[in-house]
Amino acid sequence: MDQFLQHCLNAFMLGGTYALLGIGLTLIFGIMRVVNFTHGELYAFGAYMMYALVMRLGVDFFLALALATVLGLVVGAAIEFVLLRQLRSADIDVTMLVMIGAWIALQNAEQLAWTGVAQSIASPFPADPIVLGRLSVSWNRVFVFAVAILLIAATYFLVNRTKLGMAMRATFQDRETAALMGVRIERIHTATFALGSGLAAAAGALLGPVFVVTPTMGDLAAAKAFAIVILGGMGNLVGATFGGFILAFAEEIGVGYISSGYRDAMGFLLIILILLVRPTGLFARKERIS
Amino acid sequence: MTRWKSVLIIGFLASIPLWVTSFYFLHILITTGIFIIAAMSLNLLLGFTGQLSLGHVAFFGIGAYASALLSLGFEVHVTDDFALGVGPRPVWLAMLFGTLAAGLCGFALGKIAFKVRGAYFVIVSISFAEVVRLVAVNWVELTQGPMALNNVPPLKLGIPELFELSFLRKPAYFYVVLATAIACYVIIRRLVHSHVGRAMIALRENEPLAMSVGVDVTCYLVLATVVSAAMAGAAGALYVHYVRIVDPDIFLFIYTVMMVIMVVTGGKGTLAGPIVGGAIFGLLPELLRAFAIKPEVQWIAFGAIMILVVFLLPRGIVPALDDWWRSRKGPSPDAKPPVQAASGAPQ
Repeated sequence: MDQFLQHCLNAFMLGGTYALLGIGLTLIFGIMRVVNFTHGELYAFGAYMMYALVMRLGVDFFLALALATVLGLVVGAAIEFVLLRQLRSADIDVTMLVMIGAWIALQNAEQLAWTGVAQSIASPFPADPIVLGRLSVSWNRVFVFAVAILLIAATYFLVNRTKLGMAMRATFQDRETAALMGVRIERIHTATFALGSGLAAAAGALLGPVFVVTPTMGDLAAAKAFAIVILGGMGNLVGATFGGFILAFAEEIGVGYISSGYRDAMGFLLIILILLVRPTGLFARKERIS
Repeated sequence: MTRWKSVLIIGFLASIPLWVTSFYFLHILITTGIFIIAAMSLNLLLGFTGQLSLGHVAFFGIGAYASALLSLGFEVHVTDDFALGVGPRPVWLAMLFGTLAAGLCGFALGKIAFKVRGAYFVIVSISFAEVVRLVAVNWVELTQGPMALNNVPPLKLGIPELFELSFLRKPAYFYVVLATAIACYVIIRRLVHSHVGRAMIALRENEPLAMSVGVDVTCYLVLATVVSAAMAGAAGALYVHYVRIVDPDIFLFIYTVMMVIMVVTGGKGTLAGPIVGGAIFGLLPELLRAFAIKPEVQWIAFGAIMILVVFLLPRGIVPALDDWWRSRKGPSPDAKPPVQAASGAPQ
């Protein structure tokens, strides 16, 4: 029983970051109809910025976290401006191919810049875990979880309560009508892509100090984000949040009771199952965001 | 005219081992040929039915693993005290088995994945390849995991102890690959020009319309996947008995990307497209290596080329050349303008 509770606690901590990865991707898909293959690279970018700022430049840990997120926003906006803006009316397959090309180029640029050697980031948290009865969790994970939940809450607020969010939801529902109502679609797209990328970079910056930083770290993160988005239904914020926790639980239970080698297969098996039973995702109410 | 052209091209390709003496260059040609077969198989799905399968390397790897395992012999413990064992079989039989196994997996994936389309299908196909890769890594008893299957026997044909034809040498293997590639080309060509091919193109252009005139969309999609998967499996089997080692890295996503780049650059939905694209991207790395470029830079260049091609030649090299050829001949008074070729009909 203790073991089970420990697994649940781990899953809860992990689920926060998964949800963070998932909502960024689902926003971009929902509003822009773009399958963002560079999502994982933005995640790796966030982690590398964290590494560069903290380990090379000696910036304060928390300031570096904020800076890495902002840099992620900027890079996301740049990708949108340079590549996606030209492809607004293009077929979804064409956009996917361009994004795959960008992904390969970005990943290898990271490898070129930082070499393939795994790097670690020192974190300012005490190494001793918090012990609650027979359960334990590290300070760092608690911090990651708290920030992730905060960012998710901020995203909900942005989408549901602000004018920009209203414009985003309008664009999602009907692009043409939104444009007729005076929503500047181009700006909404840039803002959405920047926001999604920033969230991915934040996830990378948060998890970089927990794990190690490698150029290919984004691949697995992106794969999991895709799984989460499919679980929750594409473009569904609530779905992606729950999807993150569901995936984390499935993985932890899988690791605890089946085999640790198949940890990363759980997400994919879940996808295949979900698509067999409910192709629109678990939480689909006609594919809406918020 | 076209018959003469194809005879000339095949004759030229068949003469290559006679005047190319560098084994290194022959090696590149063989691996390029294997990748061209894989790209042709992907083109059947991507170009003719319009479904972007990003898990295609799974079929390539399944063909490779199945063929290697049967030629080596294997034993699997179904339960603790019951084991299923198969002794080593001749390589040609193993290669057929690999092709068949990949085709069967294609059938299973097609049945599951074609409940969804577009972006969902893309992600399901990626997931499928990833699951297969993880199985190859973790099912150590069967696949030896990351330790790889070594000493995969080379292809031999003939009756044992009477006469035997060994395809261990590169020129001989070049002919095997060439023959398989031609066979695949002919199969795809016949398929595409039959009523099956017309149904595929119809559902690519407008699925609801195709459905409304009575095309059983799912049936044709699954059929295309099976043929495509079997061909990719054959390419994998050819590959494994050539390099004679196989490990889970064969399932790396980058190989799928490579095939997609080949098809898209050459021109998806054209018969010659994957061959042109495959030849370019099979030989390009060697050219770039001659300039002593780091592999990372090479991959960055690949990514950039992919983006540029999609922007500049969205339909690929072959249709672009086709247009250029037509416009050079000058529009004859009764000919329609070359815009007509834009419909993406098979060449």
